[in-house]
Amino acid sequence: MDMKFKGTKPSRRAFLSGALAAGGAAASAGVVKAQEAVITEKQPWSQYLGEGVDAFPYGSPSKHEAHVVRRSVEWLTADPISSVNFTPLHELDGIITPNGLCFERHHGGIAEVEPADHRIMINGLVDKPLVFTMQDLMRYPRENHVYFLECAANSGMEWAGAQLNGCQFTHGMIHNVMYTGVPLRLLLEEAGVKTNGKWIMVEGADASGMNRSIPMEKALDDCLVAFKMNGEALRPEQGYPVRLVVPGWEGNVWIKWLRRIEVGDQPWHAREETSKYTDLFENGQARRFTWEMDAKSVITNPSPQAPLTHGKGWTVLTGVAWSGRGTIPRVDVTLDGGKNWHQARMSGPSMNKSMHRFYYEFEWDGTPLLLQSRAHDSTGYVQPTKNELRAIRGENSIYHNNGIQTWYVNEQGIAENVEIS
Amino acid sequence: MSKFLKIFAPAGAGAASVLTLAYVLADQFVVDLPAPLRDAVAVQPAQAQDSAPAAEPTPVAEAPVVQVAAFTEASVPSNPGGYGLGREAHPAEIAAWDIDVRPDGQGLPAGEGDVWTGEEVFVEKCAVCHGDFGEAVGRWPVLAGGWNTLEDADPVKTIGSYWPYLSTVYDYVNRAMPFGYAQSLEPDEIYAITAYLLYLNNLVEDDFVLNNENFTEVRLPNEDNFYLDDRLETEFPVFVRPEICMENCKETVEITMRATVLDVTPEEDGTEEAAALAVEEASVAEELPVAEESTETEEAAAAPTAEVAVAAVDPALVEKGEGVFRKCSACHQVGEGATNRSGPQLNGLMGRTIGGVDGFRYSGVFADAQAAGEVWNHENLSAFLADPRGAMSGTKMTFRGLGSQDDIDAVIAYLTSVGGDL
Repeated sequence: MDMKFKGTKPSRRAFLSGALAAGGAAASAGVVKAQEAVITEKQPWSQYLGEGVDAFPYGSPSKHEAHVVRRSVEWLTADPISSVNFTPLHELDGIITPNGLCFERHHGGIAEVEPADHRIMINGLVDKPLVFTMQDLMRYPRENHVYFLECAANSGMEWAGAQLNGCQFTHGMIHNVMYTGVPLRLLLEEAGVKTNGKWIMVEGADASGMNRSIPMEKALDDCLVAFKMNGEALRPEQGYPVRLVVPGWEGNVWIKWLRRIEVGDQPWHAREETSKYTDLFENGQARRFTWEMDAKSVITNPSPQAPLTHGKGWTVLTGVAWSGRGTIPRVDVTLDGGKNWHQARMSGPSMNKSMHRFYYEFEWDGTPLLLQSRAHDSTGYVQPTKNELRAIRGENSIYHNNGIQTWYVNEQGIAENVEIS
Repeated sequence: MSKFLKIFAPAGAGAASVLTLAYVLADQFVVDLPAPLRDAVAVQPAQAQDSAPAAEPTPVAEAPVVQVAAFTEASVPSNPGGYGLGREAHPAEIAAWDIDVRPDGQGLPAGEGDVWTGEEVFVEKCAVCHGDFGEAVGRWPVLAGGWNTLEDADPVKTIGSYWPYLSTVYDYVNRAMPFGYAQSLEPDEIYAITAYLLYLNNLVEDDFVLNNENFTEVRLPNEDNFYLDDRLETEFPVFVRPEICMENCKETVEITMRATVLDVTPEEDGTEEAAALAVEEASVAEELPVAEESTETEEAAAAPTAEVAVAAVDPALVEKGEGVFRKCSACHQVGEGATNRSGPQLNGLMGRTIGGVDGFRYSGVFADAQAAGEVWNHENLSAFLADPRGAMSGTKMTFRGLGSQDDIDAVIAYLTSVGGDL
């Protein structure tokens, strides 16, 4: 195949950044450097007028942030249409993922749906099969919730060992967004679910006709039929004009371009819940309907794409944690590969089934680090090591790898994806 | 939010008691928790009390209070009798969209298909990605074989070796295949394809005919090897840890594996990297002395300029075009050894007779163009790529078209650069 494997002998960029560490160290040690022209000379932006309003009717990030983009791993999939790219977690802070950076996973490309032509149908075991327009949907009471969406295959490439060098690639099949939507419960109540209606099948309008089965209990609990993300309309790649939100559950169930909900008395066993998204164990048996995403965390900085460039001294270690079963009251971090752990500082809102931000500030002495984070969720579950997961599941289950991630940071501040004893 | 902060913040003398309150509240305010989650949450209060003393003192012990507030956001109430929104679905509308098929046969339309018809349809419409015998081309899914490999290091998960239900084959082929032209197959074709896939998996003889009557009699061999998610029973007892080591937890730590050994991470494609790559390759390693840095950067900066001077086409445009061509590469090959796939090979495309590749079965509109002696040029190729079905009405190419003229120019530059020699 025509593939580019451009090495991560710590990448050129990482190397350059690492090399700068020498200079940075001198500065932080208090050595007086030469005066800086950026201060002593007048800069053009301070003298000449900038663009007026309406220069950018829909604003974009600074041109200096052009490297902050979703990226893909070409060799993962047969083609770029049924494929995936990854959220640049190492460039983000707080807990909200900007809409344009939310990772994409399509099975039939991005459906371009005219909202006026979009319909949602409820049929099957209901008193009255119904058709809704987007306008109908907008007339129901709405709710706002922040939820993470994680692909079940996030970190799936790491089962057999450290493979991809960067948290964007190892952990970037996740985003965390505030959704505005109508409780699915209200639509099901409108149609009237018959007493033998125990499952729903949700289906997309895209060219893959993506379909999944969901038990009625979950459908009536916290699922949303959402049309806004972070305040604005869903992006086309996230299911415009409407998608299903299934809090805490694997992303594949969150049907985009949602067009139909069928009520039935048993699951459908669609391709995405039999051939795919089932977890194969070493004994040849497979778990099915593994919906919840277990507690997980990752240090986003430093990480292979975000080396320590400043040399010795104070630095900010940060990362994100989440659980499909509740909140994250606590994250521990280690600098020495798990010999000693420190409780990280949680920051920002702590919401059910939402991403959480943690920090651990420390003075780096310039010696190599083995960084890990370990999430505790509100059920008392503590994120396991990868080897603990392998002991139970083997290495072929692909999905639901929530094991502890290790980054090795060398004396130059270059970080690398490793596994440790 | 502030209400709960006021009430509970003073009560929260320690993290443990606040946590406990948090989960009691959580249980009250979350409506209709699914049973597994309710069980999981129920574990928590005792757990929180046990674990908190072991935790280090932290300056943000009040953090759990915030989550109390978050949990209190109740869902909107139901409206008895509904909201009177939406309209009743017509039977014809339901029939048009209700295409799903279940393991018990619900949803199967009337129809039938035999193995040999299935082979014909499969070779015509599926083999380009899945191979004539379901063995797969490139990284497309393997559909047959793989028996007794599920316990191996590299299991091959096919319809015969892994899939539990035959209904999934019908449902998926019907809704999503062929890739790029979904929901275009007739029921008889799908029955025939399904029969052929059973034959390829040694599950039926070559005289087998599959229809909606005998469909549910066919059972796939791996059906019994699936079981419901049991993490709450098998993993929670291990991973719910009231006490966890914080100090002196191990004596030694060794690195056992490094991602750099595999070397499969995509390089960032920023211009500085692209420029640097030409001189980088084997030379840059982390032990490289810092002093060499400036020389390398200068060389790198100079490299692209030199290339521009000698190349006939803009290398940046060609590179961009190579990226755009990924959209085409599922069906078209170009370059050395390129052969016809579901689309014709594209070597020497510019200046080539339209519809002129031997051995490729073109649609009528291409055959007409060939008969008229038309050749591909930048203008007509550009129009075709912008709107395939508009420019060449009746084309078999199911691609929707490239939205951007920049992409079109880029991919033409790429095709010109890579497939120039016939």
